Amino acid sequence: MAGEATKVIDPKELWEGGRSPFSMSYGKMMMWFFLISDALTFGAFIITLGYFRYTYSSWPVSDTVFYHFPGTHAHIPLGYVALMTFILIISSVTMVLAVEAGHRMDKKKVIFWLGLTVVGGLVFLGSQAWEWASFIVGPDGHWKTWDDARIGWNPYGPPQYAQIFFCVTGFHGFHVFSGVVINAVILINVIGGTYEKRGHYEMVEKGGLYWHFVDLVWVFVFTFFYLL
Amino acid sequence: MERDDIIEYSLDAHHSEEAGVKIRKRIWVVTAILTIITAAEVLVGAFLSKTVLADWENGATVWAFIKYGYIILTVIKARFIVLEFMHLGEERKSIRKVILYPYIFFILYFIFIMLTEATAVDAVNFNP
Repeated sequence: MAGEATKVIDPKELWEGGRSPFSMSYGKMMMWFFLISDALTFGAFIITLGYFRYTYSSWPVSDTVFYHFPGTHAHIPLGYVALMTFILIISSVTMVLAVEAGHRMDKKKVIFWLGLTVVGGLVFLGSQAWEWASFIVGPDGHWKTWDDARIGWNPYGPPQYAQIFFCVTGFHGFHVFSGVVINAVILINVIGGTYEKRGHYEMVEKGGLYWHFVDLVWVFVFTFFYLL
Repeated sequence: MERDDIIEYSLDAHHSEEAGVKIRKRIWVVTAILTIITAAEVLVGAFLSKTVLADWENGATVWAFIKYGYIILTVIKARFIVLEFMHLGEERKSIRKVILYPYIFFILYFIFIMLTEATAVDAVNFNP
């Protein structure tokens, strides 16, 4: 997938004006700039998590909190979260394959892989909702309303544990949702033939950048909140 | 005045079927690497958690290794996702530097200042 970016161009010509000095279209470059800013926002959340943890001498160990698995009463520490991470990584892989198919102008394959990516995103969102419900309900598994975990209180330890959980996974889940919407709109355009007419599938690539960013953030959230 | 922001750089980025086969193979290799690293992290996280290590006699050093191991593995995963899945490795060096250097620099600084401030807060014993 090499493009003009791999061609050696004299710097004077590159920076003289009238063209992109990065050999990157405006839309793609602005998507990267947005991703940098969004990464700093998520970075701020993770720093806050670290800050709260350091101010408390005891902090819940996540695999004693997250051991439920839907449909069973088994005790599998971090099992469902690991599955969610795997699903998101696979949806990233299907997205890369969609981009690769776009570079060969293979419309059928783009639809196939992009469709799978949208499905993967929806499965992740449903799983995240299930995780929230299971977290709120607490260790004994019954809805109690007055005793359920909320922003101000949780049965696992300091209140900030629940606050960070809801805010970080909620913010991330919102990004997954918007990513699914963006990918769905692009998929509709692919089916309608917009990009065949245009001659390139760069829009799929731009959607892919956003989707990979969402996956990358999840990798970091998984490490810092669930593992450490 | 000619618009220079609509030059179609991506028309150059097309590749043939044969090149596509090699690229797809690479994608699956990277997928396997990411899956193995994630599986390793989950297994260590599930079986060697802090509660288990508290009972070991050199549990604290083992935990330190595991902690830094997690962070290093996560950075390795991030390297694969950013350079290969997001194709940043195939872009010009200049834009790569524009994207990666400020972020790395700022994040390192933020981690340092977060640790400094949080240990200071802890030292003042301000939380119940």
